[in-house]
Amino acid sequence: MLAPFAAVVLLLALWELVVRSGLVSETSIPPATGALGELFSLFGDSAFWAAVGQTLEGWAIGLGIAIALGIPLGLLIGSSRWAYRALRAPIEFLRPIPSVALIPLAVLIYGQGLESKVFLVAFASFWPLLIQTIYGVQDVDPVATDTARSFGLGRRERMWRITVPSAVPYIATGIRISSAVALILAVTAELVIGAAGLGREINVARSGGDLNSMYALIVATGLVGWALNLATTAGERRVLHWHPSQRGVAT
Amino acid sequence: MKPRTRRIAELAVEIAVPLMILAAIFAWTASTPTFYFPPLSDVFERFGNTWLFERFGSDAWPSLRRMFLGYAIAVVVAVAAGVALGSSPTLRRATAPIVEFLRSIPPPALIPFAIVVIGIGDDMKVFIIAFVCLWPVLLNTIDGINGIDPTLKDTARVYGISGRDKLLRVTLPAASPQIFAGMRLSLSLALILMVISEMVASTNGIGFFVLQSQRSFAIPEMWSGILLLGILGYLFNLAFLIIERRVLAWHRGARASTLG
Repeated sequence: MLAPFAAVVLLLALWELVVRSGLVSETSIPPATGALGELFSLFGDSAFWAAVGQTLEGWAIGLGIAIALGIPLGLLIGSSRWAYRALRAPIEFLRPIPSVALIPLAVLIYGQGLESKVFLVAFASFWPLLIQTIYGVQDVDPVATDTARSFGLGRRERMWRITVPSAVPYIATGIRISSAVALILAVTAELVIGAAGLGREINVARSGGDLNSMYALIVATGLVGWALNLATTAGERRVLHWHPSQRGVAT
Repeated sequence: MKPRTRRIAELAVEIAVPLMILAAIFAWTASTPTFYFPPLSDVFERFGNTWLFERFGSDAWPSLRRMFLGYAIAVVVAVAAGVALGSSPTLRRATAPIVEFLRSIPPPALIPFAIVVIGIGDDMKVFIIAFVCLWPVLLNTIDGINGIDPTLKDTARVYGISGRDKLLRVTLPAASPQIFAGMRLSLSLALILMVISEMVASTNGIGFFVLQSQRSFAIPEMWSGILLLGILGYLFNLAFLIIERRVLAWHRGARASTLG
């Protein structure tokens, strides 16, 4: 328990020492105490929490749209051989297009506000979800499907009772990946096109030469990412407590 | 349907549907061109004029160079650090919170930091790309080394294999399927960060070209850049799969035989 704590303290002490001793110039990196002090004062600042809220708003709406589109489409494409074969090549071509390449398009069509951010977030987080859902559906144990069929379960019932539950572990992984991607795109949109949120605050602090606050905001953004990681992992564990992959983790 | 007919029909669908989609976009943009969605033929024409090969040397090449440099640095550092952390549980526990935190920072948030510390030149972009690509490879290397079959380790010890031999002949090969999984994730991140870093601060590169085209309302040029990025992403992925299949041929073979 002590080692991780010691390592963090050591790293912060090193940061402080390197700057105080003049090894790196204070014009590019402020001392740790300065940046962290600023971070604590940010916690009491309503403008900061508003920026966090704006970033999370883009993250949540975009991810929600991606989930609402990606999972049903994945179930559909994954459960039909023909649909899968027909759409495999277009999906493989569209998927690796870096969503950031669409930033200029988003600006043209949606302007510089929340809509652009949501569009980029949704586009980027759609693909991992779609692909994971398709894989999940295709990985359903054939014995389970055949058993269900011989018990006379119809197509719809098989979908709800066999296919969807078996695909849930894959979908959960997809959501975890998409959530991280969504945050990246939300911050990118704020940074590059100036949509309101943490990314824009960081850029404003940089151009204003307010290094303490820039570093504090970067650390805060990292904390937001960390919290989201923890939340999605915990959510996955909760939903999948019955699944073998999680049983080892729980003990 | 006979299996053979079925196979041919499926192949036909796989080829025909994408072509039909392409034709539909072609026809739609040609009949009702709008300012934002110019005719596809225009985009192809600009693509030919721009990227084959007038601006290839001035914009595409610097982008690719930065991307591969950053990617290569990341893979080397991550595998080295991964071996160190993977073989020492104490070290791993001690650094866990730092690793978890650093990898949670959305990478674009580090661009302002890199600009302040390194400047706006090539170094900054290479740093950002390397920093981002580091984490998937590092975490997968650690996992891969942790997951090595104990029998394999014991066998190596019994035969007195240690030091460099053990690293190069036992540890790294055994962890390589996971390392490759991390490298594949990183490759797509490298392309994304290449574009972002060029959009924020650059004077050349594909990302710069796309954003500049949009700002000067050169819409077909903008689309040609987006198309190029799509093609690059697709080709990188394809090339990586081919390399992975070759390097890990033994692994696939081994798995297939144990799975019956």
